[in-house]
Amino acid sequence: MSDATTSQVMALGAALESVPRSGWHGATVAAVHRETPNASRLELDVDGWPGNAAGQHLDVRLTAPDGYTATRSYSIASSGSSTRVVLAVDKLPDGEVSPYLVDEVRAGDMLEVHGPLGAFFVWAPAGQTGDHRPVQLIAGGSGVVPLFAMAQAHADADDSTPFRLLYSVRTPDDVYFSDELRGLADTSAPLRLDLVYTRRTPEGWPTAAGRITREALEAAVIPAADRPRVYVCGSTGFVELVADWLVGLGHDPRSIRTERYGGT
Amino acid sequence: MEHVDGNAIAGPLAEFFAFDVTTATGRCVGCGSIAELARAMVYRSGAGTVVRCATCDTVLATLVESGDRAWIGLSGMTAIEVRRAPSAG
Repeated sequence: MSDATTSQVMALGAALESVPRSGWHGATVAAVHRETPNASRLELDVDGWPGNAAGQHLDVRLTAPDGYTATRSYSIASSGSSTRVVLAVDKLPDGEVSPYLVDEVRAGDMLEVHGPLGAFFVWAPAGQTGDHRPVQLIAGGSGVVPLFAMAQAHADADDSTPFRLLYSVRTPDDVYFSDELRGLADTSAPLRLDLVYTRRTPEGWPTAAGRITREALEAAVIPAADRPRVYVCGSTGFVELVADWLVGLGHDPRSIRTERYGGT
Repeated sequence: MEHVDGNAIAGPLAEFFAFDVTTATGRCVGCGSIAELARAMVYRSGAGTVVRCATCDTVLATLVESGDRAWIGLSGMTAIEVRRAPSAG
């Protein structure tokens, strides 16, 4: 083997041994707002971001000075072609990444993000998909983030598909995108919003605080007879409970898309 | 730690596949059921990630990442189907 060929083979081997990690981007924190007492809204300017569909997520990687890395997935609250990406992050008490993102990160800080990720738990306007079936969104806690992105995309597209969101949340203070969600109810493509409070209700609320029941779910979702597409996002326990009830109520399992984020 | 689902491994799988494999359907070697990978159950720990069939719990795939290496085993899937974009002509 000639030297030239040997060096070519070695170069090829080196290239194959270190496949570049595609889709990693540098992101600059443009703004941080307190979303709820336990969560922050982060606006990121992501270098080279190709845009994203409503419902997709990204992975955030933090690297410690000693080289230790921690990577976590976060749903994206925004969609479209913009390189400005919005996250809303809930602080987990024993988390490695979320306490930093919620309490420590400041405008101007840099993060590494990988995405956009996931093409399963996404929604696109009927003009693109040709699917005009009504859409039922069901959120538990911070699981509302990708569903908010879908509802906002629905309004932005002036899409005539009926859209309804059932949002289970601990207290009125814990509602993410509170003003935005109420605003979406008043658009030309209105979102119908139903809230269930599990720990404390607003004053004068007609029902007592408590976990959602099968009966409450049935009353607040588009009936199975209307063949809705259903998106459910929340803790694993919430998602599996709701998905089982939906199937019991006659919803087609193939029309139910779920995303679990794990513990409570 | 409680399990999640196949949506959560879109990032790690992007190191192996040139397309989003969570929307691909796989056939379980245990029970024969066919489902999108996003519908599988995913168990993560420091040692790695185990992907299980949502119907029968058979291990479909295992992922291990350590430093500069990433490894995937696909012991529980007998077939994978991906949707191609419509041909231009």
